[in-house]
Formats: sequence, structure tokens, C-alpha cells
Amino acid sequence: MKSFKKLIGGLEKGFVLTSILAPLAITVEVVLEVLIPLLMAKIIDQGIASQNLGLVARLGIIMVSLALLALVFGSLSGIFSAFASLGFAKNLRKKLFSKVQDFSFANIDRFSTASLVTRLTTDVTNVQQLYQMALRMFVRAPVMFISSTIMAFYINPSLARVFFVAIPFIFIPMIFIMRKAFPRFSLMMKKYDALNARVQENVSAIRVVKTFVREDHENKKFQEAADQVRSTQVSAEKLIILGMPLMQLVMYLSIIAIFWFGGNMIVNESLLTGELISFISYLSQVLFSLMMISMIFVMLVISRASVQRIVEVLDAEVDLKDCIEVENEKTKTLHIKDGSIQFSEVFFSYSNKKDKCILKDINIEIDSGMTVGIIGSTGSSKTSLVQLIPRLYDVLSGAVKVGGIDVRDIPLKELRGQVAMVLQKSTLFSGTIKENLKWGNENASDAEIKKVCQIAQADDFVSNFPEGYETKLGQGGVNLSGGQKQRLSIARALLKKPKILILDDSTSAVDTATDKAIRSALKEGFADITKIIIAQRIDSIKESDLILVMDEGKLSAQGRHEDLLEKSAIYREVYESQQAGALIDLDEEE
Amino acid sequence: MSEKKIENKAEHKINNKTDNKNSVSMTMRPGPRGRGHGFGGPAAKPKNAFKTLMRIFSYMKGSAWLLAIVFFCIILSSSAMIILVYMLKPFINSVLLPLIGQQNPDLSHFARILFVVAIGAVFAALASYVNSRIMLHLSTKTLYEIRVDLFAKMETLPIGFYDGKTHGDLMSLYTNDIDTLRNMLSQTLPQLFSSMLTIVSTFIMMLVLSPILTGLIVLMIGIMIFTVAKIGNKSGKAFRQQQAELGKVNGFIEELIEGQKLVKVFSREEKVKEEFAVFNENLRRSGTRAQAYASILMPMMNSLSYLNYALTAIAGASFVILGHLDLGSVAAFLQYSRNFANPITQMSQQFNSVLNALAGSERIFAVIDEDAEIDEGRVTIVKSEENKGEYLWKIPESDGSWRFEKVKGEIIFKDLNFGYRKDKTILHDLSLHARPGEKIALVGSTGSGKTTIINLINRFYEAPEGSILYDGIAITNIRKADLRRSISVVLQDVALFSGSIADNIRYGRLSASDAEVIDSAKKANADFFIQHLANGYDTELSDNGANLSQGQRQLLSIARAAIKSPPVLILDEATSSVDTRTEKQIEKAMDELMKGKTVFVIAHRLSTVKNADHILVLEKGRIIEQGTHESLLAQKGRYYSLYENV
Repeated sequence: MKSFKKLIGGLEKGFVLTSILAPLAITVEVVLEVLIPLLMAKIIDQGIASQNLGLVARLGIIMVSLALLALVFGSLSGIFSAFASLGFAKNLRKKLFSKVQDFSFANIDRFSTASLVTRLTTDVTNVQQLYQMALRMFVRAPVMFISSTIMAFYINPSLARVFFVAIPFIFIPMIFIMRKAFPRFSLMMKKYDALNARVQENVSAIRVVKTFVREDHENKKFQEAADQVRSTQVSAEKLIILGMPLMQLVMYLSIIAIFWFGGNMIVNESLLTGELISFISYLSQVLFSLMMISMIFVMLVISRASVQRIVEVLDAEVDLKDCIEVENEKTKTLHIKDGSIQFSEVFFSYSNKKDKCILKDINIEIDSGMTVGIIGSTGSSKTSLVQLIPRLYDVLSGAVKVGGIDVRDIPLKELRGQVAMVLQKSTLFSGTIKENLKWGNENASDAEIKKVCQIAQADDFVSNFPEGYETKLGQGGVNLSGGQKQRLSIARALLKKPKILILDDSTSAVDTATDKAIRSALKEGFADITKIIIAQRIDSIKESDLILVMDEGKLSAQGRHEDLLEKSAIYREVYESQQAGALIDLDEEE
Repeated sequence: MSEKKIENKAEHKINNKTDNKNSVSMTMRPGPRGRGHGFGGPAAKPKNAFKTLMRIFSYMKGSAWLLAIVFFCIILSSSAMIILVYMLKPFINSVLLPLIGQQNPDLSHFARILFVVAIGAVFAALASYVNSRIMLHLSTKTLYEIRVDLFAKMETLPIGFYDGKTHGDLMSLYTNDIDTLRNMLSQTLPQLFSSMLTIVSTFIMMLVLSPILTGLIVLMIGIMIFTVAKIGNKSGKAFRQQQAELGKVNGFIEELIEGQKLVKVFSREEKVKEEFAVFNENLRRSGTRAQAYASILMPMMNSLSYLNYALTAIAGASFVILGHLDLGSVAAFLQYSRNFANPITQMSQQFNSVLNALAGSERIFAVIDEDAEIDEGRVTIVKSEENKGEYLWKIPESDGSWRFEKVKGEIIFKDLNFGYRKDKTILHDLSLHARPGEKIALVGSTGSGKTTIINLINRFYEAPEGSILYDGIAITNIRKADLRRSISVVLQDVALFSGSIADNIRYGRLSASDAEVIDSAKKANADFFIQHLANGYDTELSDNGANLSQGQRQLLSIARAAIKSPPVLILDEATSSVDTRTEKQIEKAMDELMKGKTVFVIAHRLSTVKNADHILVLEKGRIIEQGTHESLLAQKGRYYSLYENV
């Protein structure tokens, strides 16, 4: 169980201790309990037989004390296991969360955010339950099995032979059933997932279903899926339900066998009545614990999936390593001098395959302080290009240099501190506006915050909120419009006081007038920084010092607006298609 | 609260591309959720448990005889144990004790009895198997039927229902609620029934054997129940606290991982780890308390039951010594008392889980009982036999005959007033006349009512009677399916289904041939990128077409609409994610698509709006300006201020 070790690694001492104490306490509890039928046998065989009330009372008190002690140890084990398993879960969550924080963009893409969330939530809960079960049931069942068997042998070895016959009759079929059932259960889960995917689709696409009048069609598809779930479920559980009756049968027949053999032995005085009674008690415990052991296998199998999914994350190799791992005096004090950027023969592929490059042979020289516009049709890899600058992904070959230094040689913290990127999807978190903005700079003063918001044309609407910058966002808070979110994202990036600012289509929801205002404010307030703007509207980048035209991963043309109108057919087409003009989206002004 | 959601969703389609990309809610995780909920969770109380239970059983009405067999089997298998234990008494008293020490004991009578009991045991085990097998069949069949009923009903529900609920709520009906129902049917109910039987019959047997000892047992059980209740109470509170903390942790994780890229861009990893540590520790604390209470319960019950056993042994033995009781009875009694405690402690948990399942079923039935979309129209559409490709309205006359009229595509709005809520009118006195083949552009800011108009034409929501006429017929008189068949819609939110690309395009017309599918794709300028995919038209789409770009999805959506050829076409921001260059390329295709049809276009791109026959400028639900592009510009009014020259 190598995976098990991986899951436990790093568990604090207190939790390790209780993880050991819990099973110990259970063992004690079980041992205490197992003695009780033995004492009861003595009460009958010695107490009653000799009509000795006093003996009965004495033995009785011992029995009661055993039961009470068992209570104490049982409760202790419950508390220990609760403490240990929650500690285990906390540790596991911490490890997973930290690992995800170390992930590069590529790692995140590979797992998908939805799957990561499931792994950190549902799967951790499953494994936590498994752990708790392991500390108790996994220990209790075998201990009970062993101790009950030992007691039975202690009372009468020849009668205990019945056990030997009975046990394989339960154990072997159980194992057989479990092994056959598992693949059937996996199949059922797959069909189940497919069914839910079907529902999910319909729920989100109900308008399409209705406009195309496809209700019957969808119903039919669903019925098929539901029927498959039904039949696989029956096929899987058909096997499982054999278990209980089998156990009952073996138990009854064993008891009857014990009645017979034991009866005979009592009659010829090689066994006492009390012993027989306690024997039956031990037998039922042995069989019951066998049942539990097979349940344990089922649990292990069901949770295996969750364990695997968690281990996958823990084992994932982070493929973007910070150069700071190479201990180096130079890297520690490295500061980027200016905002110049160079791309030399850059090739890039998300899957690191030479034949699947989405950026091919890119060569660009950008001087510090330049305004650069990037334009190209959907899917021409513009975003992929700029993501290489703050080293969110690594190139396949070639080099990207910032301030004259290869980005792979700059500590990530320094690099990302100086290269501010406003992503296409503006994300804000729950918290106040100010808290969100401070992601750019924890120590920014209120004045600095106001200034960047003014540049980003956000200060107006923020000040209009009753609580201004202390306005709460998110669930239970204010819902911002797309354009407002974008402007705040820009302000947040500016707060970093970066040398390079990358705007990836960050004004798509903002109207042209505001867009213009942002650009001129940037020109004034942050004149020295290199600005890279990816935009759909030629209008937004017309006045750039340099415009890059991307087409299917290649740099089709570069130059100023007037040059490109002459040189680049693509640029001309885009320009002309936008000449017709546009209507302003007025959702901000409402 | 739900009404607010309707407004928000239908009205305020915020034209923000960045938001549309990730419209899949985080709460939609496939597979059964809430497996952890079974762990000592407090029961949600169903409103009318009995009624719901009866309704569930009504699904098994056809197999009533099977249920009778199950009933019988449970009785058989439960009684087997009872009888077997009782056998201890005569066995010890009449068979063993007298025979002890005898030289040649005659045990044949004894053997015969045991043989009979063995046969009985075999039957009991068989009964137990038959019982489970039948319940498996019945429960899976019932689940199937409930699932199908729920889905079929949901397909007929009005859009207002969907807009008023979150995806997560709807999905949890199929996952959480159906799951717990499954457990209840196949396991908990039979076990509960069996437990109750065991308890009652064991109790009776114990009374028969020794009323006094039974009294002792009852006392002990009383203490056990009291303990369970007390611990259950504390456990419930602690559990709720744990759930709250768990919600916070999960919420934090969801938000952070969704925005993980942003965390990297701002190098905020360490800070975020610190914040997480706080949530994590809080969860650990509250979880430990909750689990501790839950984990103590079982050992406590177990030990109390042993205590019970011990006290019974003492009392029983004393009685035997004092001559009040015989050994056989004591032996049987001891075994009964062991069997008595287990079902009782299990019963409270089983009961809770049944209640939980019933609460979930109530939610399911509430949806099944919802009113379907109103569809009282009787006018339908049929294909013309004389002119191929032409469609006719089949209008029923008052005398029972039919009248046929050509489907032209003329839409009239007459003084339309509408609001999603009674107290908030969205559209005021709206009148418009779209003649067959005309192109009408709807322009206006978000929330001005454009999408609402689309919702009404499609009858996603119901406009007041008589305010919307299609070829002179009130649309409330037209059967919904036929109305929608006669309109083709391309929505802003593209929804694609899992299946091949060809299947998705064919969704517009299931009977379309492969050639027609390719032709449509060509018209929408999608053929080029499809051919470049690994499997071409057979490429499987997954997760709402996540493996394609936004623009590509939109082209598929257009191809899907193109393959249908109805007289009315509605385009709601159909090319918002397509870049201007590509849009220009498909302009020709779009023109083809719109030829001869009555078209309603909502767009911001001036190129689309400019050559409309009629532009309606909407503001706060009223048409404030209308006319052609040139005439509106000349008015120098609202339209003029919206229009921006490059």
C-alpha cells in the first residue's frame, strides 16, 4: 500500500499517536468483551451447579466491571479515532492544496478545475471515512475473529472443529462474490455518470431542446440510459445479496451442528451446559466478524478510486520549476532592469509535442516603454504568446527574454511581480473591493489604490457604491457587470507597479469611449511601462508603437498601423470588417 | 426569490464574453454526492412521510403479489432465529439435563428435532435470499420509473421553472435524492421491517420465558434509548456545525481553484495557503467533535448491551438457584437479550435514514407534480402535398372541419404588455409588424426587453392572449411543438450535446441526410475546421463542446439552425464570439440563411443591423424609435447616439 504511505506523510505527532491508540483501545475493548461469555459459562456451570449465590454474585460483579471497562475503552477508541481521522483529513487537505498551489498552468489544464475541486472535497471526505473505518472496524473485526476463535478452542477444542468447517464456507464464497462484483459495480458507476451527464446537459440546454422540439428524442435517450443503469445495478447487486443468506445459512447450520455434537458431549459429560451456551455466543461472533471482514474489502475497493485520484495529484510532477531552486547568489538578488521583451525562435506547444506547435518560429523585439498591440482571429494563439512572458508556460524551444534575461533564469516571484497580466476572464474573489485590489500590493495605501482605479476608469463607479472600496463582492454581496470587473482587474494589475503590463482582451466588455480613456490615462500615468494589448478592435491598438498580426500560430506581420494597412492582407480585412462600425453596449451607463 | 432569478436570467443577459465561457456551475459534479452525509447526520423531516411512502409504493402496485411474497419471506427468516433460540429451552431442559450421565442415552428424538430445525434453517436462508432478490428487482424498477417520470416531466416544464432554480438544485434531485431513495428501498426498509419484527417477537418470547427478567431488560433498554437520544442531540448540533465549516472550506477551495491562474499571476500562493490553513483547522475542530459523538454511540450501545447481558446472567442464575426459573429458560433468555439490543440501536439510525430518503422523495414528487407548460393550442403545421417544401397551417373550425392556410411568417405584436412578475412590467404597449421575409433588428441596452421579446415569440413565457399573432393566428392557439418547429433560433449561449458533430448539426432536423449536414456546415463556414479535426464530422463533443473554441461552437450552432428551414428565424447575438473577420466570411452564409425568411436579429454589430428592413430601438421595454438605418440616423436621436463611426 504505497499509496497509503503517501497519504499519511507529514501527519503531526498527536494524530499519529491517536492513530495508534485507537486500534489499541479497540483491541482492549474486544478482549474484555470476549471474556464475558466465558464468565457467564462459569456462572452456570459453577454457580448454579453448586447453588452458590455468592459465587454467582462475585462472578457477576466481575462481568459487570468488564462490561463497564469495555465501555470506557470503546468510547476512548471512538474519541481517538475521531481525533485521528479528522487530523488525517486536515493534513491531507493541506498537502493537496499546497500541491495545487505549486502547480503550473499546464498542470492545472491537465487536471481541469472541476476535477481538482472534486478531489479536494468529495474524495478527501471518502478517504477520511475510510481512515476512520480502518482505525476501528478494520481492527475490531479481525481481533474479534481471532479472540472468539481462541476462546472457543479454550473451552473445547474438539467442538471448535465445527468452526473449521464453517469458516471456509463463508470466507471463500465471500471473496469470490466480492471479486466478481467489483467490475460490475464499476460498470454501474460509469452508466450512472453517463445518466447524470445526460441530465446535466438537458438542464443547461433546455432552451435548445424546446426550440428544436426535441423533448421526445431526449426522453428516449434518457430512458435508454436509465435502463442501462437499472440492468447494471441488478447485475452487480445480484451477487452481493447472496452474501447475507449464505452467512445466515452457515450460521444456523453451525449452531445446529453445535447443538448436536455439543449435546452429545454434554450427555457423556465431556462438556458443561454453560460452556455450550457460551460456545454458541462465540460462534455467532466469529461468523459476524467474518461478515465484517468481507465488508471491509468492499469498502477498500469502493474507496480505491478516491485514493487513486488523490495520489494522482500528489504524484503529479510540477513542470514549471522556479530557478530559485538552484541556489545562487545572482538569482536571489536579481532585479529586472527594464521592460524590454525578446522572443527568439520561439516554438510552443501545450502538449510539448513538436508536431503540435501552436506557436511557430516567433521572433519579436520590444523595447522598454513601447505600446504593442496584438491582433488576430479566434484561435491564432495570441493568448498563448503573451502567457510565455510571465512564464506561465515554458517554451518548447527558443527563448523569451525580459529585461535582457531569459525568463527561466529569473525567480518567479520577481518575474511575476514585474510582469502584470490581466487575464481574459476577470476573476474577483469574495471579499471587499479593496481586499481584491490589494492582491496587487498588500501594502498599498488608499491613495495609491484610488489612483490606479482612476486610471482604470473604475474609481467613478466604486465611489458611487454606498460603501465605496469597502463594498463586499460575491455571494451575498454586490454583483458587478462584466465591464466593471474588467476595470477593477486592470487597476489590480497596475497596483503592482510593473515594468510590463499585458492586457489580454481586457476591455472586451467595456465601451469604446471608456476604452479610449483607459488607454490615454495609461499613457499619462504609466508612460514608462511596456504595454501589450490584445484586442479585437483595431481601434484599441491603432496608435500602438508596434502591432503584431497573428495567424494560425505564426507572426504574419508586424509594424505600425499605416504600414500594416499596406503590407498585411489580414490586417486590412480585419480593419475593413470593423469599418462598418459598432453599436455601443450601454450596460454600464444604466 | 425565485422570481428575481427569472428576471436576472432572462432579462439581463449580460453581454460579457468572459462570463459565458464558464457557465457550468461548480455544483454539477457527476456521480453520487453526499456519500459522507450518512455519517451521523440529522434527518431532514419530510412534510408528509406516510403519503410519500405510499406514493413510492404505488409504483410497485403492479407487483403487489411480489410484495406479499417479500412480506412472507421476512417473517419466515426473522422467525427462524427466534425459534432456533427458543429451542435452547426444551433442548436443555428436556433433552440434555435428564440425559446427563446416562449410559445409553437415546438421542434419536433429539436428532429428529434438530433435523427438522435444520430444514427450517435452510428455508429461512432461502427466504432471506428470495426476499432480497425480489426487493432488488422491485426497487431498481421503481427507481427506473421514478427517474423516467421525473425526466419526462422536466422536459415539459416551462422555462420559468428552470430559470428559477439553480443547476445544482436540479441535479441533486437525480443524484442525492434518488441515491438515498435507492438505499432506502433496497436495504433500509426491509431491514427496518425485519428489525421491528425481531424486536416484537423477541420481546414476546422473553415475556413468555420470564416476565421479571424482561422487566430488567426493559429498564436497560430504556437507559439505552435515553443515552441514544441525548448523544443524538449533541451529535446533531455538532454535525450541523461541521457541515457549516465544511461548506466554508469547500467554498474556499472552489473559488480558489477556479481562479488558480490568477493566484499564480499575482504570486499569491503563500498567502492563500495561510488563509486555507485557518479554514482547514476550523473544520478539523468541529469535525472532531461531531465524529467523536457519532463514534461513541456504537461502542456505548455495544457495552450497554454487554452490561445488560451480564446483569441478566446474574439475575437469571440467581433465580435458577432460588428455584424460580429453569436453566433452559435462562439460556434462551440470555441469547434473546443479545439479539434484542442490536435491532433497537440500529432502528434509530434506520429510521433517520428512511426519513431522509422520504424528504428527498418529496422533493422529487414536488417536481413531478409541477404544472407542465400550457399547451392548449390546436392549430398545427403540416407539409403541403401539392407544393413540395411548403408548409400549411391546419386550423380546426368550429364545426369540426379543417382549414388550411399557407405559413408565411408574418408576426404582429399588438399592444403587448408583459412582466415576469405581476408587479413589474417589462414590456409596455409594444406593437410591431414584421411582414413575411422582412428583417427586423432589435437594438437597445441590456435589460431593455430584447430577449424578453424572443422569449415570448417562442412561448417560453406566456404573453397575454391575443397580443402576439402569427400569420393572423394568436400564438396561444398554435400547438407549442408546431410553433417552435416553425421558428429557428440561434441563441447567444451556445449549448451543444455530447455526441458527434454530425449528430449535433442533425439536431436541427433529425431526418437530415449526411449530405445535408455537410451542406449546412459549409453554409455556416464550419466545414473547414470540422474537416481539420481528427475524426471530422464524427468527432465526439464532450462537456458542452469544451474541446472547441467559442467561435467554433457558435458556427456549429448556426449550422444546426440552418439545417432546419422554417419561415421565421431568430438570431440572438449569434456571432458575438466570432471575430469580425470570420463574421465577414460567414456574412454571405448568414444572408443565405436569412433569405426569404422573417428574421429577428438582436445584435451590436452594425454590419448586421444596418441592412435591416426595420430597426426597433428599445428602451426600458418600449420602442422609442423605429425605422431604417438612414432614417434613424437622420433623427439624431437615441440610435444616433448609440451608433459609433470608426
